[in-house]
Amino acid sequence: MTKLLQSLVDGLGVGSTYALLALGITLIFGVMHLVNFAHGELITVGAYASYFFFLHGGSWWWMPVIIIASAVLASVLTELVAFRWVRTASPFTLLLTSFALERLSHALWQILVSPKQRAFPKPSWVFNQFKIADISFEVMDVVTIAVTAMTLLLTAVVFKRTLFGISVRGAAEDFDAARLMGVRANRVISGAFAFAGALAGVAACLIVMRSPAAEPSMGSDWLLKAVIAAVIGGLGSFTGAVVGGLVLGLLDTLSRVYLPDLAEGWDKFSTAVVFMLIAAFFVIRPEGVFKVAHAERV
Amino acid sequence: MLEVDRITTRYGAITALHDASVSVNAGELVAIVGPNGAGKTTLLNTVAGLLRPATGSVRFDGNDITGAEPARLVRAGLALVPEHRRLFNDLTVEENLRLAGCTTKAHERRQRLDEASELFPVLRDKWTTSAGYLSGGEAQQLAIARALMSNPRLLLLDEPTLGLAPTLVDVVFDLLVRLREQGRTMLVVEQNATRALRLADRGYLLRSGRVVTTGTGAELAADSGLFDSFIGTAS
Repeated sequence: MTKLLQSLVDGLGVGSTYALLALGITLIFGVMHLVNFAHGELITVGAYASYFFFLHGGSWWWMPVIIIASAVLASVLTELVAFRWVRTASPFTLLLTSFALERLSHALWQILVSPKQRAFPKPSWVFNQFKIADISFEVMDVVTIAVTAMTLLLTAVVFKRTLFGISVRGAAEDFDAARLMGVRANRVISGAFAFAGALAGVAACLIVMRSPAAEPSMGSDWLLKAVIAAVIGGLGSFTGAVVGGLVLGLLDTLSRVYLPDLAEGWDKFSTAVVFMLIAAFFVIRPEGVFKVAHAERV
Repeated sequence: MLEVDRITTRYGAITALHDASVSVNAGELVAIVGPNGAGKTTLLNTVAGLLRPATGSVRFDGNDITGAEPARLVRAGLALVPEHRRLFNDLTVEENLRLAGCTTKAHERRQRLDEASELFPVLRDKWTTSAGYLSGGEAQQLAIARALMSNPRLLLLDEPTLGLAPTLVDVVFDLLVRLREQGRTMLVVEQNATRALRLADRGYLLRSGRVVTTGTGAELAADSGLFDSFIGTAS
């Protein structure tokens, strides 16, 4: 029983990180029909930002600000420098562009910093434990779940209540109609990238607090899981992305505890599974592709 | 107010509009009629900036707006109620209207929302309903209310009565009359040709992408040859 409860808490912790990332992927997919494979690189950017910040004597109190700001900046810049120029191209061109960005990011960190992992100290309280009714919890588990819950609440408020959020939802449904209502395409897309960047920044904070290290390819594993979560939830659906992330996190943790053999196999095949899922999405839901391909003519 | 000067618009190899010229003066209601495939929707979409003409120019208030971004045109005072309405079905009635008010300041937007709920009592009752659940008549009224949120000086309407029951067609036509009384300038594409022309100050007949006839609404409505010209393309 204790084991089950603890793995549930673990699973929710991992799952909420997936959910934050999947939400960003689904958001960008909504407005541009792009499965952004460079999204995971925002974690890498955040991790290196905190590494350099530490190198220059920074403290953990300012870390979330630094990480989130660097992820937002990187996200908006990738749109401005790369995606804006191919916005009206086919979904496959967009997909390839995001792959190129991901590879470029790996290479840049290898050249500019080092192919090796760069570690920095973690906050002292992260693995402190406390007990409620004989079950011990890590402080970080609680922090992760609380921060994610607050972020998701804030996201819901932004997309339900603010003009920016309503414009993004409208543009995701019918971009041309949104333009006819006066929505500026560049602004809404930039805004979506900024928001997705902030969500990835929050995820990056949670990730580096647990394992404070920066590594050129660290974003890719998270990215694959996040894409699976977004596809499970139905690309373009916000609620779906959150549910998909949590389900995947729970499956991940529970299978590791109860079916270790299966979990190991899954790790080996997860990349293949992601690509199969994406291929299936394009084959089974071509109407979705067409619908948005039309709306893409920005 | 609006001068469309000899525009030609193509979809790939297909020329949908051929040297078409149309003008609208301030305060006028101008109707564009013609059979299916005559290029009426293409004309409105070209004016509203969704399509860029291959040749020719569009001027609004004397400024060249040929191929301008729709978001800019809305701010200049030109709004389109598009073909098939194109509501945001996942958004509520209120959210559809708020989004369409994105070009205005917050206090002005609130005022327009109040005006919309006054002008369209049907919508007031469905304020928090998703647009996807509205009936055809309600949806059409929302489409018009949405276009009015930016307080356009020129309103373009593409088939506002398409697919509506006769009583609802009356509602829409009454609305056009009221909007004209308010001094709103309108360019309307209608399949309900005779009725639209009786209401209109002036009209244009389009066929196969060309302007075939133009005249006052009454002249065109009385023209018996008009009917033949519809049949001409249909057969």
